[in-house]
Amino acid sequence: MDNVAAAPLLPEVREAMMPFLKETFGNPQSLHSWGDGARDALEKAREQVASLIGGVAEEVFFTCSGTESNNMAVKGIARARADKGKHIIISAIEHFSVMNSARTLEKEGFEVTMVPVNSYGIVDPDEIVRNIRKDTVLVSIMHANGEVGTIEPIVEIAKKLPKDGPAFHTDAVASTGNIPINVKELGIHALSLAGNQFYGPRGSAALWVKRGVRILPLMDGGIQEGGRRPGTEDVPAIVGLGKAAEIAKAEIPAKSSRFIRLRDLLIEGVLNKIEHSMLTGHPTQRLPNYASFCLRFIEGEGMLMLLDSHGIAGASGSACTSRALKASHVLLAMGISHEVSQGSMLFTLGLDNTEDDVAYVLEKLPQVVDRLRQMSPLYSKFIKEQKG
Amino acid sequence: MPVYSEKVMQHFMNPHNVGEIADADGIGEIGNPVCGDMMTFYIKVKDNRLEDVKYKTFGCGAAIAVSSMVSDMVKGKTLEEALTVTPSMVAKELEGLPKNKFHCSNLGAQALRKAIRNYAIKNKIDIPGLTDQEEPEEEDEHACET
Repeated sequence: MDNVAAAPLLPEVREAMMPFLKETFGNPQSLHSWGDGARDALEKAREQVASLIGGVAEEVFFTCSGTESNNMAVKGIARARADKGKHIIISAIEHFSVMNSARTLEKEGFEVTMVPVNSYGIVDPDEIVRNIRKDTVLVSIMHANGEVGTIEPIVEIAKKLPKDGPAFHTDAVASTGNIPINVKELGIHALSLAGNQFYGPRGSAALWVKRGVRILPLMDGGIQEGGRRPGTEDVPAIVGLGKAAEIAKAEIPAKSSRFIRLRDLLIEGVLNKIEHSMLTGHPTQRLPNYASFCLRFIEGEGMLMLLDSHGIAGASGSACTSRALKASHVLLAMGISHEVSQGSMLFTLGLDNTEDDVAYVLEKLPQVVDRLRQMSPLYSKFIKEQKG
Repeated sequence: MPVYSEKVMQHFMNPHNVGEIADADGIGEIGNPVCGDMMTFYIKVKDNRLEDVKYKTFGCGAAIAVSSMVSDMVKGKTLEEALTVTPSMVAKELEGLPKNKFHCSNLGAQALRKAIRNYAIKNKIDIPGLTDQEEPEEEDEHACET
Protein backbone atom coordinates (compact mmCIF):
# COMPACT_ATOMS: atom_id res chain seq x y z
CA MET A 1 0.00 0.00 0.00
CA ASP A 2 2.60 2.45 -1.16
CA ASN A 3 0.92 3.29 -4.43
CA VAL A 4 2.02 6.90 -4.70
CA ALA A 5 5.67 5.82 -4.73
CA ALA A 6 5.18 3.53 -7.70
CA ALA A 7 2.15 2.00 -9.35
CA PRO A 8 1.84 -0.25 -12.37
CA LEU A 9 0.88 1.25 -15.69
CA LEU A 10 -2.70 0.62 -16.66
CA PRO A 11 -2.79 -1.92 -19.50
CA GLU A 12 -4.73 0.58 -21.64
CA VAL A 13 -2.01 3.15 -21.09
CA ARG A 14 0.68 0.69 -22.09
CA GLU A 15 -1.30 -0.27 -25.19
CA ALA A 16 -1.69 3.36 -26.19
CA MET A 17 2.06 3.89 -25.84
CA MET A 18 3.20 0.78 -27.70
CA PRO A 19 2.81 2.05 -31.29
CA PHE A 20 4.99 5.04 -30.41
CA LEU A 21 7.71 2.79 -29.07
CA LYS A 22 7.53 0.60 -32.17
CA GLU A 23 6.41 1.88 -35.57
CA THR A 24 5.31 5.50 -35.02
CA PHE A 25 8.66 6.89 -33.97
CA GLY A 26 8.47 10.25 -35.73
CA ASN A 27 9.62 13.56 -34.33
CA PRO A 28 6.64 15.90 -33.88
CA GLN A 29 8.70 18.75 -35.28
CA SER A 30 9.45 16.98 -38.57
CA LEU A 31 7.58 18.09 -41.66
CA HIS A 32 6.80 14.68 -43.07
CA SER A 33 4.17 12.07 -42.48
CA TRP A 34 6.05 10.30 -39.67
CA GLY A 35 6.30 13.61 -37.92
CA ASP A 36 2.60 14.26 -38.52
CA GLY A 37 1.63 11.07 -36.71
CA ALA A 38 3.68 12.00 -33.68
CA ARG A 39 2.44 15.59 -33.75
CA ASP A 40 -1.19 14.50 -33.85
CA ALA A 41 -0.58 12.16 -30.93
CA LEU A 42 1.08 14.94 -28.96
CA GLU A 43 -1.82 17.32 -29.51
CA LYS A 44 -4.37 14.67 -28.65
CA ALA A 45 -2.55 14.04 -25.36
CA ARG A 46 -2.50 17.76 -24.70
CA GLU A 47 -6.27 17.86 -25.09
CA GLN A 48 -6.71 14.84 -22.84
CA VAL A 49 -4.64 16.43 -20.10
CA ALA A 50 -6.38 19.78 -20.48
CA SER A 51 -9.73 18.06 -20.27
CA LEU A 52 -8.78 16.34 -16.99
CA ILE A 53 -8.17 19.70 -15.33
CA GLY A 54 -10.75 21.80 -17.15
CA GLY A 55 -8.17 23.81 -19.06
CA VAL A 56 -7.42 24.60 -22.67
CA ALA A 57 -4.95 22.44 -24.62
CA GLU A 58 -2.74 25.39 -25.59
CA GLU A 59 -2.16 26.06 -21.89
CA VAL A 60 -0.63 22.65 -21.20
CA PHE A 61 3.15 22.24 -21.37
CA PHE A 62 4.65 18.77 -21.11
CA THR A 63 7.57 18.21 -18.75
CA CYS A 64 9.38 15.16 -17.41
CA SER A 65 8.35 15.16 -13.75
CA GLY A 66 6.24 16.87 -11.13
CA THR A 67 9.49 18.24 -9.79
CA GLU A 68 10.29 19.84 -13.12
CA SER A 69 6.79 21.33 -13.38
CA ASN A 70 7.15 22.86 -9.92
CA ASN A 71 10.61 24.23 -10.69
CA MET A 72 9.37 25.67 -13.94
CA ALA A 73 6.34 27.29 -12.32
CA VAL A 74 8.01 28.77 -9.27
CA LYS A 75 11.25 29.95 -10.86
CA GLY A 76 9.81 30.63 -14.30
CA ILE A 77 6.91 32.79 -13.13
CA ALA A 78 8.82 34.61 -10.39
CA ARG A 79 11.68 35.45 -12.74
CA ALA A 80 9.32 36.61 -15.47
CA ARG A 81 7.74 39.02 -12.99
CA ALA A 82 10.91 40.13 -11.24
CA ASP A 83 10.48 43.66 -12.61
CA LYS A 84 7.21 43.92 -10.65
CA GLY A 85 8.69 42.72 -7.38
CA LYS A 86 10.76 40.09 -5.70
CA HIS A 87 8.59 38.61 -2.99
CA ILE A 88 6.97 35.18 -3.07
CA ILE A 89 4.82 33.21 -0.62
CA ILE A 90 4.84 29.44 -0.13
CA SER A 91 3.62 27.21 2.68
CA ALA A 92 5.71 25.33 5.22
CA ILE A 93 4.62 21.94 3.88
CA GLU A 94 5.43 22.32 0.19
CA HIS A 95 7.24 19.58 -1.69
CA PHE A 96 11.02 19.98 -1.83
CA SER A 97 10.79 20.94 -5.50
CA VAL A 98 8.85 24.07 -4.49
CA MET A 99 10.80 24.65 -1.23
CA ASN A 100 14.17 24.43 -2.90
CA SER A 101 13.09 26.43 -5.94
CA ALA A 102 12.13 29.18 -3.49
CA ARG A 103 15.53 28.84 -1.85
CA THR A 104 17.22 29.27 -5.22
CA LEU A 105 15.15 32.39 -5.83
CA GLU A 106 16.31 33.72 -2.46
CA LYS A 107 19.87 33.55 -3.72
CA GLU A 108 18.75 35.60 -6.70
CA GLY A 109 17.50 38.34 -4.42
CA PHE A 110 13.89 37.27 -3.91
CA GLU A 111 12.33 37.30 -0.47
CA VAL A 112 10.36 34.23 0.53
CA THR A 113 7.60 34.15 3.13
CA MET A 114 6.68 30.71 4.38
CA VAL A 115 3.19 30.63 5.83
CA PRO A 116 2.49 28.10 8.61
CA VAL A 117 -0.17 25.37 8.65
CA ASN A 118 -2.45 24.26 11.47
CA SER A 119 -2.29 20.85 13.12
CA TYR A 120 -4.24 19.32 10.22
CA GLY A 121 -1.74 20.71 7.76
CA ILE A 122 -4.15 23.34 6.43
CA VAL A 123 -3.00 26.78 5.31
CA ASP A 124 -5.07 29.72 6.56
CA PRO A 125 -6.09 31.86 3.53
CA ASP A 126 -6.13 34.96 5.74
CA GLU A 127 -2.56 34.31 6.72
CA ILE A 128 -1.62 34.50 3.07
CA VAL A 129 -3.55 37.72 2.60
CA ARG A 130 -1.80 39.21 5.63
CA ASN A 131 1.54 38.49 4.02
CA ILE A 132 0.75 39.91 0.60
CA ARG A 133 2.87 42.93 -0.23
CA LYS A 134 3.01 45.30 -3.16
CA ASP A 135 6.01 43.42 -4.49
CA THR A 136 4.53 39.92 -4.07
CA VAL A 137 4.69 38.33 -7.51
CA LEU A 138 3.91 34.69 -6.79
CA VAL A 139 1.99 32.57 -4.31
CA SER A 140 2.58 28.81 -4.51
CA ILE A 141 0.46 26.59 -2.28
CA MET A 142 0.05 22.88 -2.90
CA HIS A 143 -3.36 21.48 -3.76
CA ALA A 144 -2.91 18.39 -1.60
CA ASN A 145 -0.02 17.25 0.53
CA GLY A 146 1.84 14.13 -0.54
CA GLU A 147 2.68 12.96 2.98
CA VAL A 148 -0.55 13.36 4.90
CA GLY A 149 -3.07 13.86 2.08
CA THR A 150 -4.54 17.10 3.43
CA ILE A 151 -6.35 19.13 0.75
CA GLU A 152 -5.68 22.87 0.88
CA PRO A 153 -8.38 25.56 0.49
CA ILE A 154 -7.14 26.71 -2.91
CA VAL A 155 -10.45 28.26 -3.98
CA GLU A 156 -10.66 30.36 -0.81
CA ILE A 157 -7.07 31.51 -1.19
CA ALA A 158 -7.62 32.43 -4.84
CA LYS A 159 -10.74 34.43 -3.94
CA LYS A 160 -8.85 36.44 -1.35
CA LEU A 161 -5.88 37.30 -3.50
CA PRO A 162 -5.94 40.85 -4.86
CA LYS A 163 -6.91 41.19 -8.51
CA ASP A 164 -3.90 41.97 -10.67
CA GLY A 165 -1.82 40.86 -7.69
CA PRO A 166 0.49 37.88 -7.48
CA ALA A 167 0.30 34.88 -9.79
CA PHE A 168 -1.07 31.82 -8.00
CA HIS A 169 0.52 28.41 -8.65
CA THR A 170 -0.60 25.15 -7.10
CA ASP A 171 1.36 21.90 -6.95
CA ALA A 172 -1.39 19.39 -7.71
CA VAL A 173 0.91 16.42 -8.26
CA ALA A 174 -0.61 14.39 -5.42
CA SER A 175 -4.21 15.27 -6.26
CA THR A 176 -4.51 15.35 -10.06
CA GLY A 177 -6.19 12.22 -11.34
CA ASN A 178 -7.37 11.33 -7.83
CA ILE A 179 -9.93 14.04 -7.15
CA PRO A 180 -11.83 16.29 -9.57
CA ILE A 181 -9.86 19.37 -10.54
CA ASN A 182 -10.98 22.36 -12.53
CA VAL A 183 -8.43 25.10 -12.96
CA LYS A 184 -11.12 27.71 -13.63
CA GLU A 185 -13.01 26.87 -10.46
CA LEU A 186 -9.80 26.85 -8.49
CA GLY A 187 -9.03 30.36 -9.72
CA ILE A 188 -5.34 29.71 -10.21
CA HIS A 189 -2.74 30.72 -12.80
CA ALA A 190 -0.59 27.59 -12.92
CA LEU A 191 -0.88 23.95 -11.89
CA SER A 192 1.65 21.11 -11.78
CA LEU A 193 0.64 17.50 -12.38
CA ALA A 194 2.45 14.19 -12.89
CA GLY A 195 1.30 11.09 -14.76
CA ASN A 196 2.80 8.54 -12.39
CA GLN A 197 0.30 9.63 -9.72
CA PHE A 198 -2.59 8.34 -11.80
CA TYR A 199 -1.24 5.24 -13.52
CA GLY A 200 0.56 7.03 -16.31
CA PRO A 201 4.22 6.45 -17.06
CA ARG A 202 6.98 7.87 -14.92
CA GLY A 203 8.74 10.68 -16.68
CA SER A 204 5.44 12.12 -17.89
CA ALA A 205 4.20 15.34 -16.35
CA ALA A 206 2.82 18.72 -17.26
CA LEU A 207 2.51 22.29 -16.18
CA TRP A 208 -0.69 24.13 -16.96
CA VAL A 209 -0.20 27.87 -17.30
CA LYS A 210 -3.14 30.17 -17.82
CA ARG A 211 -3.03 32.13 -21.04
CA GLY A 212 -1.47 35.54 -20.53
CA VAL A 213 0.67 34.52 -17.56
CA ARG A 214 4.30 35.09 -18.39
CA ILE A 215 6.78 32.35 -17.64
CA LEU A 216 10.46 32.01 -18.48
CA PRO A 217 11.84 28.63 -19.54
CA LEU A 218 14.24 26.78 -17.21
CA MET A 219 16.32 25.69 -20.16
CA ASP A 220 17.31 27.50 -23.31
CA GLY A 221 16.60 25.64 -26.49
CA GLY A 222 14.32 25.38 -29.45
CA ILE A 223 10.67 25.84 -30.16
CA GLN A 224 9.17 22.75 -28.53
CA GLU A 225 6.28 23.41 -26.17
CA GLY A 226 6.09 26.96 -27.45
CA GLY A 227 9.69 27.53 -26.43
CA ARG A 228 8.72 27.30 -22.79
CA ARG A 229 10.00 23.78 -22.42
CA PRO A 230 12.48 23.04 -25.21
CA GLY A 231 13.89 19.59 -25.94
CA THR A 232 12.72 16.76 -28.18
CA GLU A 233 9.40 15.49 -26.88
CA ASP A 234 9.13 12.04 -25.32
CA VAL A 235 6.14 11.09 -27.44
CA PRO A 236 5.42 7.63 -25.92
CA ALA A 237 5.45 9.04 -22.38
CA ILE A 238 3.24 11.97 -23.38
CA VAL A 239 0.79 9.66 -25.16
CA GLY A 240 0.71 7.52 -22.00
CA LEU A 241 0.06 10.61 -19.89
CA GLY A 242 -2.83 11.60 -22.15
CA LYS A 243 -4.40 8.17 -22.01
CA ALA A 244 -4.00 7.99 -18.23
CA ALA A 245 -5.62 11.43 -17.95
CA GLU A 246 -8.57 10.35 -20.09
CA ILE A 247 -9.11 7.23 -17.98
CA ALA A 248 -8.66 9.09 -14.70
CA LYS A 249 -11.26 11.67 -15.71
CA ALA A 250 -13.82 8.98 -16.43
CA GLU A 251 -13.06 6.96 -13.32
CA ILE A 252 -12.47 9.54 -10.59
CA PRO A 253 -16.00 9.37 -9.13
CA ALA A 254 -16.10 5.56 -8.85
CA LYS A 255 -12.48 5.30 -7.85
CA SER A 256 -12.64 7.90 -5.13
CA SER A 257 -15.76 6.53 -3.47
CA ARG A 258 -14.15 3.08 -3.42
CA PHE A 259 -10.90 4.48 -2.00
CA ILE A 260 -12.70 6.57 0.61
CA ARG A 261 -14.50 3.49 1.90
CA LEU A 262 -11.28 1.45 2.14
CA ARG A 263 -9.34 4.41 3.55
CA ASP A 264 -11.87 5.03 6.29
CA LEU A 265 -11.96 1.34 7.18
CA LEU A 266 -8.20 1.42 7.50
CA ILE A 267 -8.13 4.65 9.51
CA GLU A 268 -10.87 3.54 11.86
CA GLY A 269 -9.25 0.14 12.29
CA VAL A 270 -5.80 1.49 13.06
CA LEU A 271 -7.08 4.09 15.54
CA ASN A 272 -9.27 1.50 17.27
CA LYS A 273 -6.81 -1.35 17.35
CA ILE A 274 -3.62 0.52 18.16
CA GLU A 275 -3.35 2.51 21.35
CA HIS A 276 -1.43 5.80 21.28
CA SER A 277 -1.98 6.25 17.59
CA MET A 278 -3.12 9.39 15.81
CA LEU A 279 -4.25 10.25 12.33
CA THR A 280 -2.04 12.81 10.60
CA GLY A 281 -3.68 15.35 8.33
CA HIS A 282 -7.32 16.38 8.17
CA PRO A 283 -9.94 13.67 8.92
CA THR A 284 -12.19 14.50 5.97
CA GLN A 285 -10.42 17.19 3.94
CA ARG A 286 -7.98 14.59 2.62
CA LEU A 287 -7.14 12.64 -0.52
CA PRO A 288 -9.29 9.51 -0.96
CA ASN A 289 -6.28 7.21 -1.15
CA TYR A 290 -4.30 8.50 1.86
CA ALA A 291 -4.24 6.91 5.32
CA SER A 292 -1.44 8.40 7.41
CA PHE A 293 -0.64 8.01 11.07
CA CYS A 294 1.82 8.56 13.86
CA LEU A 295 2.20 5.55 16.14
CA ARG A 296 3.95 6.58 19.33
CA PHE A 297 7.02 5.05 21.01
CA ILE A 298 8.32 3.37 17.87
CA GLU A 299 10.25 4.32 14.79
CA GLY A 300 9.09 4.08 11.19
CA GLU A 301 11.89 2.14 9.55
CA GLY A 302 11.56 -0.87 11.81
CA MET A 303 7.82 -0.81 11.14
CA LEU A 304 8.34 -0.76 7.37
CA MET A 305 10.86 -3.62 7.57
CA LEU A 306 8.57 -5.82 9.64
CA LEU A 307 5.56 -5.00 7.47
CA ASP A 308 7.65 -5.82 4.41
CA SER A 309 8.38 -9.24 5.91
CA HIS A 310 4.59 -9.76 5.93
CA GLY A 311 4.35 -8.63 2.31
CA ILE A 312 2.95 -5.19 3.14
CA ALA A 313 4.50 -2.08 1.59
CA GLY A 314 4.10 1.28 3.28
CA ALA A 315 6.04 4.51 3.72
CA SER A 316 7.20 6.64 6.61
CA GLY A 317 8.40 10.17 7.23
CA SER A 318 10.63 9.23 10.15
CA ALA A 319 14.18 10.58 10.30
CA CYS A 320 15.70 7.12 10.08
CA THR A 321 13.90 6.29 6.86
CA SER A 322 15.11 9.41 5.10
CA ARG A 323 18.55 9.33 3.60
CA ALA A 324 19.30 12.65 5.24
CA LEU A 325 18.13 11.29 8.62
CA LYS A 326 15.80 14.23 9.04
CA ALA A 327 12.26 14.08 10.30
CA SER A 328 9.52 15.06 7.85
CA HIS A 329 9.23 18.85 7.57
CA VAL A 330 5.52 18.36 6.95
CA LEU A 331 4.87 16.63 10.27
CA LEU A 332 7.04 19.11 12.16
CA ALA A 333 5.22 22.04 10.53
CA MET A 334 1.95 20.53 11.76
CA GLY A 335 3.26 20.79 15.30
CA ILE A 336 4.02 17.10 15.73
CA SER A 337 7.12 16.61 17.90
CA HIS A 338 10.31 15.05 16.57
CA GLU A 339 9.74 12.10 18.83
CA VAL A 340 6.20 11.39 17.69
CA SER A 341 7.07 12.01 14.03
CA GLN A 342 9.50 9.09 14.24
CA GLY A 343 6.49 6.79 14.34
CA SER A 344 5.02 8.10 11.10
CA MET A 345 3.34 5.58 8.84
CA LEU A 346 1.71 6.21 5.48
CA PHE A 347 -0.46 3.88 3.42
CA THR A 348 -1.58 4.96 -0.04
CA LEU A 349 -4.27 2.88 -1.68
CA GLY A 350 -4.18 1.71 -5.25
CA LEU A 351 -6.63 0.20 -7.72
CA ASP A 352 -5.51 -3.32 -6.81
CA ASN A 353 -6.19 -2.95 -3.10
CA THR A 354 -9.22 -4.71 -1.68
CA GLU A 355 -11.08 -4.93 1.58
CA ASP A 356 -9.09 -8.10 2.27
CA ASP A 357 -5.86 -6.13 1.98
CA VAL A 358 -7.13 -3.64 4.53
CA ALA A 359 -8.14 -6.48 6.85
CA TYR A 360 -4.70 -8.02 6.45
CA VAL A 361 -2.97 -4.75 7.35
CA LEU A 362 -5.28 -4.40 10.34
CA GLU A 363 -4.25 -7.88 11.44
CA LYS A 364 -0.50 -7.44 10.98
CA LEU A 365 0.13 -3.79 11.84
CA PRO A 366 -0.95 -4.08 15.49
CA GLN A 367 1.38 -7.09 15.90
CA VAL A 368 4.28 -5.21 14.37
CA VAL A 369 3.63 -2.16 16.52
CA ASP A 370 3.31 -4.28 19.65
CA ARG A 371 6.52 -6.12 18.92
CA LEU A 372 8.48 -2.89 18.47
CA ARG A 373 6.90 -1.33 21.53
CA GLN A 374 7.90 -4.33 23.61
CA MET A 375 11.50 -3.49 22.85
CA SER A 376 11.12 0.29 23.07
CA PRO A 377 12.60 2.01 26.13
CA LEU A 378 10.20 4.91 25.52
CA TYR A 379 7.23 2.62 25.83
CA SER A 380 8.43 0.96 29.03
CA LYS A 381 9.13 4.41 30.53
CA PHE A 382 5.65 5.54 29.57
CA ILE A 383 4.06 2.46 31.13
CA LYS A 384 6.04 2.90 34.34
CA GLU A 385 5.10 6.56 34.57
CA GLN A 386 1.45 5.70 34.04
CA LYS A 387 1.54 3.15 36.81
CA GLY A 388 3.08 5.37 39.11
CA MET B 1 14.48 1.06 2.77
CA PRO B 2 18.21 0.87 3.29
CA VAL B 3 20.07 -2.13 2.02
CA TYR B 4 21.10 -4.11 5.05
CA SER B 5 23.38 -7.13 5.21
CA GLU B 6 21.89 -10.53 5.82
CA LYS B 7 23.38 -10.48 9.31
CA VAL B 8 21.69 -7.17 10.15
CA MET B 9 18.39 -8.55 8.87
CA GLN B 10 18.77 -11.70 10.97
CA HIS B 11 19.39 -9.71 14.14
CA PHE B 12 16.63 -7.25 13.32
CA MET B 13 14.06 -9.94 12.60
CA ASN B 14 15.06 -12.01 15.66
CA PRO B 15 16.90 -9.79 18.08
CA HIS B 16 18.68 -11.64 20.90
CA ASN B 17 18.52 -10.70 24.58
CA VAL B 18 15.76 -8.09 24.35
CA GLY B 19 14.36 -6.96 27.66
CA GLU B 20 15.09 -5.34 30.98
CA ILE B 21 16.81 -6.67 34.10
CA ALA B 22 14.78 -5.68 37.13
CA ASP B 23 17.71 -5.90 39.57
CA ALA B 24 20.40 -4.80 37.12
CA ASP B 25 23.87 -4.09 38.48
CA GLY B 26 24.37 -1.38 35.90
CA ILE B 27 22.19 0.61 33.50
CA GLY B 28 23.35 2.70 30.57
CA GLU B 29 21.10 4.90 28.47
CA ILE B 30 22.12 6.72 25.35
CA GLY B 31 20.72 8.59 22.40
CA ASN B 32 17.58 10.60 22.32
CA PRO B 33 14.24 10.01 20.70
CA VAL B 34 14.41 13.32 18.84
CA CYS B 35 17.20 11.90 16.71
CA GLY B 36 15.43 8.63 16.23
CA ASP B 37 17.57 6.31 18.31
CA MET B 38 17.60 5.51 21.97
CA MET B 39 19.13 2.51 23.73
CA THR B 40 19.08 1.36 27.32
CA PHE B 41 21.44 -1.45 28.30
CA TYR B 42 21.09 -3.48 31.49
CA ILE B 43 23.91 -5.64 32.87
CA LYS B 44 24.18 -8.25 35.57
CA VAL B 45 27.74 -8.80 36.81
CA LYS B 46 29.08 -11.88 38.58
CA ASP B 47 32.77 -12.49 39.37
CA ASN B 48 33.75 -9.61 37.13
CA ARG B 49 31.88 -11.17 34.20
CA LEU B 50 28.79 -10.01 32.35
CA GLU B 51 26.50 -12.76 33.51
CA ASP B 52 23.55 -11.22 31.69
CA VAL B 53 23.04 -8.39 29.22
CA LYS B 54 19.68 -7.05 28.11
CA TYR B 55 18.52 -3.91 26.36
CA LYS B 56 15.61 -1.94 25.03
CA THR B 57 15.96 0.00 21.82
CA PHE B 58 13.94 2.68 20.07
CA GLY B 59 15.24 3.14 16.58
CA CYS B 60 15.73 1.94 13.07
CA GLY B 61 16.55 -1.56 11.91
CA ALA B 62 20.27 -0.92 12.28
CA ALA B 63 19.90 0.32 15.86
CA ILE B 64 18.01 -2.83 16.83
CA ALA B 65 20.49 -5.14 15.10
CA VAL B 66 23.42 -3.31 16.73
CA SER B 67 21.91 -3.73 20.21
CA SER B 68 21.38 -7.41 19.59
CA MET B 69 24.91 -7.89 18.25
CA VAL B 70 26.56 -5.98 21.11
CA SER B 71 24.67 -8.08 23.66
CA ASP B 72 25.85 -11.26 21.93
CA MET B 73 29.43 -10.06 21.69
CA VAL B 74 29.85 -9.19 25.36
CA LYS B 75 27.68 -11.67 27.20
CA GLY B 76 29.88 -13.94 29.34
CA LYS B 77 32.92 -11.73 28.84
CA THR B 78 34.88 -10.06 31.62
CA LEU B 79 34.22 -6.35 32.06
CA GLU B 80 37.68 -5.54 30.69
CA GLU B 81 37.03 -7.65 27.61
CA ALA B 82 33.62 -6.09 27.09
CA LEU B 83 35.16 -2.62 27.14
CA THR B 84 37.39 -3.48 24.20
CA VAL B 85 34.40 -3.77 21.89
CA THR B 86 34.45 -0.85 19.47
CA PRO B 87 31.77 0.44 17.07
CA SER B 88 33.74 -0.77 14.07
CA MET B 89 33.99 -4.26 15.57
CA VAL B 90 30.22 -4.28 15.95
CA ALA B 91 29.73 -3.08 12.39
CA LYS B 92 32.16 -5.70 11.13
CA GLU B 93 30.37 -8.51 12.96
CA LEU B 94 27.15 -7.29 11.33
CA GLU B 95 28.82 -7.61 7.93
CA GLY B 96 28.78 -3.86 7.50
CA LEU B 97 26.27 -1.05 7.95
CA PRO B 98 25.10 1.54 5.44
CA LYS B 99 27.25 4.66 5.77
CA ASN B 100 24.48 6.86 7.09
CA LYS B 101 23.65 4.25 9.75
CA PHE B 102 27.13 3.81 11.12
CA HIS B 103 26.36 6.08 14.05
CA CYS B 104 23.99 3.40 15.32
CA SER B 105 26.97 1.15 16.02
CA ASN B 106 28.51 3.90 18.16
CA LEU B 107 25.37 4.00 20.22
CA GLY B 108 25.49 0.29 21.03
CA ALA B 109 29.08 0.28 22.27
CA GLN B 110 28.51 3.52 24.17
CA ALA B 111 25.35 2.37 25.89
CA LEU B 112 27.15 -0.75 27.10
CA ARG B 113 30.13 1.30 28.31
CA LYS B 114 27.75 3.55 30.21
CA ALA B 115 26.13 0.55 31.88
CA ILE B 116 29.56 -0.74 32.96
CA ARG B 117 30.51 2.72 34.23
CA ASN B 118 27.27 2.87 36.16
CA TYR B 119 28.19 -0.47 37.76
CA ALA B 120 31.74 0.71 38.56
CA ILE B 121 30.51 3.91 40.20
CA LYS B 122 27.90 2.09 42.26
CA ASN B 123 30.49 -0.40 43.48
CA LYS B 124 33.30 2.13 43.76
CA ILE B 125 35.68 0.08 41.65
CA ASP B 126 38.14 1.02 39.01
CA ILE B 127 38.08 -0.94 35.78
CA PRO B 128 41.02 -0.64 33.40
CA GLY B 129 39.82 0.58 30.07
CA LEU B 130 36.87 2.44 31.48
CA THR B 131 38.49 5.70 32.47
CA ASP B 132 41.54 5.82 30.24
CA GLN B 133 39.38 6.45 27.24
CA GLU B 134 37.48 9.63 26.61
CA GLU B 135 33.83 9.06 26.10
CA PRO B 136 32.95 10.44 22.68
CA GLU B 137 29.28 10.48 23.57
CA GLU B 138 28.45 14.08 22.76
CA GLU B 139 30.48 14.28 19.61
CA ASP B 140 29.78 10.99 17.91
CA GLU B 141 28.98 10.82 14.25
CA HIS B 142 25.32 11.08 14.88
CA ALA B 143 23.80 12.76 11.89
CA CYS B 144 20.92 14.15 13.89
CA GLU B 145 20.37 17.87 13.94
CA THR B 146 17.64 19.31 16.06
